[in-house]
Amino acid sequence: MSEVKKVATRDSYGAALVELGQEHENLIVLDADLAAATKTGVFKKAFPERHWDCGIAEANMTGIAAGLATCGKVPFVSTFAMFAAGRAYEQVRNAIGYPHLNVKIGATHAGISVGEDGASHQCLEDIALMREIPGMVVINPADDVEARAAVKAAYEHVGPVYLRFGRLAVPVINDVPDYKFEIGKGVVLKEGKDVTIFATGLEVKETMEAEKMLAADGIDAEIINIHTIKPIDRELVIASAKKTGKVVTVEEHSIIGGLGSAVCEVLCEEAPTKVLRIGVEDRFGESGPALELLHKYELDAEGIYKKVKNFLK
Amino acid sequence: MNNLELEKTANEIRKGIVTAVHSAKCGHPGGSLSAADIFTYLYFEEMNIDPKNPKMEDRDRFVLSKGHVAPGLYSTLAERGFFPKEDLKTLRHTGSYLQGHPDMKHIPGVDMSSGSLGQGVSVAVGMAAAGKFDNKDYRVYALTGDGEIEEGQIWEAAMWAGHRKLDNLVVIVDNNNLQIDGPITEVCSPYPIDKKFEAFNFHVININGNDFDELRAAFKEARQTKGQPTAIIAKTLKGRGVSYMENSVDWHGKAPNDEQYEQAMEELTKAGEALCQK
Repeated sequence: MSEVKKVATRDSYGAALVELGQEHENLIVLDADLAAATKTGVFKKAFPERHWDCGIAEANMTGIAAGLATCGKVPFVSTFAMFAAGRAYEQVRNAIGYPHLNVKIGATHAGISVGEDGASHQCLEDIALMREIPGMVVINPADDVEARAAVKAAYEHVGPVYLRFGRLAVPVINDVPDYKFEIGKGVVLKEGKDVTIFATGLEVKETMEAEKMLAADGIDAEIINIHTIKPIDRELVIASAKKTGKVVTVEEHSIIGGLGSAVCEVLCEEAPTKVLRIGVEDRFGESGPALELLHKYELDAEGIYKKVKNFLK
Repeated sequence: MNNLELEKTANEIRKGIVTAVHSAKCGHPGGSLSAADIFTYLYFEEMNIDPKNPKMEDRDRFVLSKGHVAPGLYSTLAERGFFPKEDLKTLRHTGSYLQGHPDMKHIPGVDMSSGSLGQGVSVAVGMAAAGKFDNKDYRVYALTGDGEIEEGQIWEAAMWAGHRKLDNLVVIVDNNNLQIDGPITEVCSPYPIDKKFEAFNFHVININGNDFDELRAAFKEARQTKGQPTAIIAKTLKGRGVSYMENSVDWHGKAPNDEQYEQAMEELTKAGEALCQK
C-alpha cells in the first residue's frame, strides 16, 4: 500500500495565501506573533510588505482588519482559533459582523488535536461562537485540497468568513481530478441506506475509516462531508435524513453548538430524526499527543465505529 | 470658517443633539455636547469630505470610538448636509436609520459602525495603515472618551500605531472627566493621559477642546507632525451649552423631559442670538 500524503490544514492555509497573494494585490495578511505556527510565514516571505504582524494583541488585530476592509483591502486575520473566535469574539461580532465587512479569519490550532498544549489552547467552542454571528460563513475543511479551495472561495466571497484549520497533519482525501468546492454545499462521499453520518474537518477521514468497519458488519452508512457549517446545506441534510432515518454527526468540537447542533436545528424543524452527536462532551480537553487524545476522546475511527454501532442497536 | 461661524455652527449642532435625544426619550447628551466643538471643527474645517459623495474614495475618515455620543455625530452630519436635519427626531425610533450607535451600513457619512467601547481606535489604525500602504494622502481621525481609554484595546491600538509611525492618524480624547459611575478620577483614573500616549510614541497636544483657536492650532500641528501619530487630549466640559447638564454625571445617558427640553432650547437659542450680535 502506498503511503498516504499527510498535510496539516494550517499549512494549506499558508500555501493558499501565497497563491492568492500573487493574484490579488489587495490581500493583506495579519498575524499576532504566531506566523510560524499559523503558517502565514510563507506569505511573509513571499510578500513581506503585505504581512503585518500586530504583536500579541488579537483584539486590536481584528479591529485593524475591519479598518482595512473599509478601505477596500481583503485582510486575512490569522491566529489560533482560541484567540480568533474566543479572545476577539466581541470584536469579530461588532467590528466585522455587524457592519458585514469583508474580513477573512484564518483560525488555526482548532480542536483537541492541538495536542500537548492542552485545554487552554484547544478551542472546542469556536464553531458555536462564529455560527451565531449574522452573515458569518463558517468553513471547516477536511484536508489539504479542501482547505486550499476554501481559502480561495473565502477570498471570492464578499463578506466575513471564518476558516477553521488544524495543527495535526492529516491524510489528503480529496485528491481527485474533478474536485470542486462550493461554499454551503455538502459532499456525499458514500451513499448508504442504514444511517447518515455527517462529518466535518479532520473527522471526515476518521468517519470514512469507521464506515469501512461498519460495512464489514453489514451496515450501509451514508457519509457526508459538511465543510461549510454555515450556511449549512439544508436540502442535503434533510434529504439524507429522510432517506436513512438515522443521523450521526462527528466533529472535533464541543457537541454543544457546532455541527451537531446545526444539523439538529435543521432536522427538528424539517424532518425530526433521532440524532447522535459525536464530539467532545461538555468538558475541556487535556495535554497529550494528538492521536492519543483523539483515541481517548473516541474521535478516531474506532471510537466513531463503536458509538455508531451502539446508536444503531 | 472663522471662529464665530464655527461657534454658531456648534450651537446649531447642540440644538440638534438636544432635539434628537429629547425625541428619542433616551440617549447620551452629556458627551455629545462636550464633543460638539470637536465635531464642528472636524466636519466644517479640518476634514476633506463631501456630503454629496459620502463614500468618496480619498476622503478623510472619522471613527467615533465613543459611539454612544452618536447624537453629536448625527447632528453634525445633518448640519453638514449628509442627511436632513428633521431626521434627527427619528433617533433611536424603530425603523429609523439613525440607530442608537453609529451604523455605517445605513447612515450617510458614518465611516464605521461603533458603540462597543475600546474598538474604534483599532479600526482607525487599520484605515490609516491602508492609507499609508496605498500612498494616499487621506487622514484618519478617531474620537475616544476619557473613560473609554480604560479599555485595554485602546492601548493595543496605540502601541501598534506608534510602532508603525502612522502620522496620518489623530486620536482625540474627549477629556470631560466624567464617566457613567462618576468622575474618572474616582472610578479608575486614566491620568496622566498625555504621558501615557507619549509613552506609546504619540505626539501629544493638550488643549481646551471647547476653544476653536486651540482646536485649530492642534489639528494644524498634527498635520505638521511626521513620523508619529498624534493624540489630542481635549479638556472639555460635559454637557456644555445646557446649564443644568454642565459637568453633571447625571446627564451622561438621560433625555430631557419636555420642560427641560424647552429650557435647553431657550438657552441655546439665546446663545445663538448672542453670537449673531458679535
